[in-house]
Amino acid sequence: MLAMPEPDPKVLARREAIVAALRERAGAANVIAEPLRLKPYETDGFTAYKCVPLAVVLPESTAQVAACLRYCHEQGIRVVPRAAGTSLSGGALPLEDAVVIGVARMNRILEVSLEDRLARVEAGVTNIGITKAVEGEGFFYAPDPSSQLACMIAGNVAMNSGGAHCLKYGVTANNLLGVTMVTIEGEVIALGGGHLDTPGYDWLGLITGSEGQLGIVTEVTVRILCAAEGARAMLVGFAATDVAGAAVADIIASGIIPVALEFMDKPCIHACEAFAHAGYPLDAEALLIIEVEGSAAEQDALLDRLKAICARHAPTTVRVARNAEESAAIWKGRKAAFGAIGRISPDYLCMDGTIPPGALPEAMRRIGTLAAHYGLQVANVFHAGDGNLHPLILFDANDPESFRRAEMLGADILRLCVELGGCLTGEHGVGIEKRDLMTAQFGPADLDQQRRVKRAFDPQWLLNPHKVFPLEAAGTA
Amino acid sequence: MSAETIAPSDEAGLAAAIASAHAAGTPLAVWGNATKAAFGRPVQAAGAVSARNLTGITLYSPAELVIAARAGTPLAEIEAALAAHGQHLIAEPPDLSALMGPGEGPPTLGGAVACNLSGPRRIALGAMRDHVLGVRAVNGAGEVITSGGRVLKNVTGLDLAKLLTGSRGTLAVLTEATLKVLPAPERTATVMLRGLDAARGVAALSAGLGSPYGVTAAAHLPEAAAPRAGLGAAATLLRVEEFADFVPYRTARLAEALASFGAAEVLDHDASLALWRSVRDARPLGAAPEDAVWRVSVRPSAAPQVVGALRRSFDAKLFLDWGGGLIWLAGPATEDAHRAVAAAARSAGGTYWLMRADAGFRAAVAHLPDEPPALAVLTRRVKAAFDPKGILNPGRIFAGI
Repeated sequence: MLAMPEPDPKVLARREAIVAALRERAGAANVIAEPLRLKPYETDGFTAYKCVPLAVVLPESTAQVAACLRYCHEQGIRVVPRAAGTSLSGGALPLEDAVVIGVARMNRILEVSLEDRLARVEAGVTNIGITKAVEGEGFFYAPDPSSQLACMIAGNVAMNSGGAHCLKYGVTANNLLGVTMVTIEGEVIALGGGHLDTPGYDWLGLITGSEGQLGIVTEVTVRILCAAEGARAMLVGFAATDVAGAAVADIIASGIIPVALEFMDKPCIHACEAFAHAGYPLDAEALLIIEVEGSAAEQDALLDRLKAICARHAPTTVRVARNAEESAAIWKGRKAAFGAIGRISPDYLCMDGTIPPGALPEAMRRIGTLAAHYGLQVANVFHAGDGNLHPLILFDANDPESFRRAEMLGADILRLCVELGGCLTGEHGVGIEKRDLMTAQFGPADLDQQRRVKRAFDPQWLLNPHKVFPLEAAGTA
Repeated sequence: MSAETIAPSDEAGLAAAIASAHAAGTPLAVWGNATKAAFGRPVQAAGAVSARNLTGITLYSPAELVIAARAGTPLAEIEAALAAHGQHLIAEPPDLSALMGPGEGPPTLGGAVACNLSGPRRIALGAMRDHVLGVRAVNGAGEVITSGGRVLKNVTGLDLAKLLTGSRGTLAVLTEATLKVLPAPERTATVMLRGLDAARGVAALSAGLGSPYGVTAAAHLPEAAAPRAGLGAAATLLRVEEFADFVPYRTARLAEALASFGAAEVLDHDASLALWRSVRDARPLGAAPEDAVWRVSVRPSAAPQVVGALRRSFDAKLFLDWGGGLIWLAGPATEDAHRAVAAAARSAGGTYWLMRADAGFRAAVAHLPDEPPALAVLTRRVKAAFDPKGILNPGRIFAGI
């Protein structure tokens, strides 16, 4: 189990006064302090850790966020930012002495400009909400994390979220034009907007993926894109995982950048098939789902080329969708992957390391060895084109020993990703989950430099103080 | 650019040089081959350090879309290595030597990253900063730091690689950078509309960029600028880059979608390559040697109004890239003209850079808009977090920092 900072008894003792002060600043109706109503905020998508916060504030405006943060800063009260609470790394996990400030009630679309291809929204708008606001005109917002129905753009910015289509369209950072952010000192800073040049430092780049360490984002301007004329998927089964890996390398080297290139291993194929009945080949050791975009003729041409490339790797199955319905059928199993695993195992940990795609066969082999060592099962589903792995470690949360082994296996898998030239997290963030592994990826000088930047924004180390940086060094530097 | 430039041959040597400057409190100008030394605020420093001797590609894995090289590696060497595998740099970094003067050698990777300069493809596929996967650098205390890595998806820790990209040597000296690259398109072609004014031109560019036909560059050259790109009358240009068999369909559909703006011509592969190289390097601008040069960055829909305001203020030479969102501008190096540029950018909610002027003028005016106070505080603190004694490129971006 990961350690958490000691709560400050002086803050806990002042709970009532703090709640009253927050009510004054954010409106009584926007502050939650009753134990029963605080309970839902005790955890996020990383449910292994729970902690009921001191209070929850759900402001309705940037000004209210600023007033609350200024107060917390003056009083030395810790703050945990929250959006939809879908983080898989514990990014929204509270502390007993912390005030949670959530953006869920700031959910208006402020502006859509098709001419400038942008949407300006409050930070509590859901990811899918942006696409919904513009799809009638044929546009969409590109990053599409699996949680997109629920997750909010504030969380996407905090975690630099990706999705299945970022091989072509990039991650959140590549689709962001501006933010309004409130610092812990209560200063409101507006960055970017409709223009592309940055006058001074690239604050937008620094803030994106900073996991609530630097401030609370209250407003976001994103790039919206015109959707392609159409898209179609194909499904290819292979006799071995390293053969599938070689096919991925050949596809990329051919000059085709598919809009999605997803990989599943045998345990995952079986779980998804049992759950979704998508017609996946049960004899395959590995399966690729490849999606291309363009006009109907372009889709045909690309799919033909991909078929020819895959044919060089002796596929066991090749199924090319002829229309949107058949594409949806191919995607059905993949999209249900997490639910499907949930059905065969009481609990699972979803890992999120990235490796150089060329190391895929070795990564698969060694993950298998590690899983056997811990006596646990792992199902693998990856964004293969960019090397972002999602090994799902199956365990039983009612058995503390099973959870302990699952955490150790997860840590070993992430260390393996780093050893192979990759990183601890491709899109879920460090949160608390990978906090203590940061030293596996970064040297002391690297981490000190990051901490000094954090301190430039948050001199008292009040914002999300238990995340990202190993605790023993968190307050120093 | 002077005899005292220290140009170590490896990262350890560079770190040692900066560590001793840090100990002595000696300010250092920072560059590679100084091809961009003439833009930004002039640096007053006793010494100088260059990464020009840190050269060589350290990793290139075409099937993983990634290349890494030391900071002093000429961009041309990187582009040649990529071209040998049918790939290219996504952000299309410009060669501004025609505008800025030749420097002391070829433009380097470190300079392109440190200045975050991007070409026409920026409107569709992002800036240099969007493709920097990782960096190695030496901070102002002489410590070697790394950020990011060599994989395409990485959200581990604070993204210092993005912060250092575009920081123009004021936070740390880059020693190596790793970039995402992409397959170079088989063919390119340009759909061209003639005789539109700025308002109609930008509207056409917006319509093209908002279509599903994959426009990867969108520029408008007014009548005075077009001849410098070998075109007769005002030209509104939209580029398609695709597999050879896709290009005719895409250009035809695009021309159809833009029919209300007039009949379109299609420039083929070679003409298109030459044209966009010219736009990339700002050659259609036609700045006289004594002219100041600015870039104004606004939302595309605001560009026509900004262009109008600038033309009313002085004899403005200009053309538009990035769908109208980037206005390249030349005019007299006077405070009046500079004030007009700053006011026009501000009123459109955008920003500007004074790219070129003599050093005295660049030091005398705000070459970038001043930051709001809350941001200026963060700038100072973050600068101190990397460079506690303020020895790296002091004053390069903002006076006193």
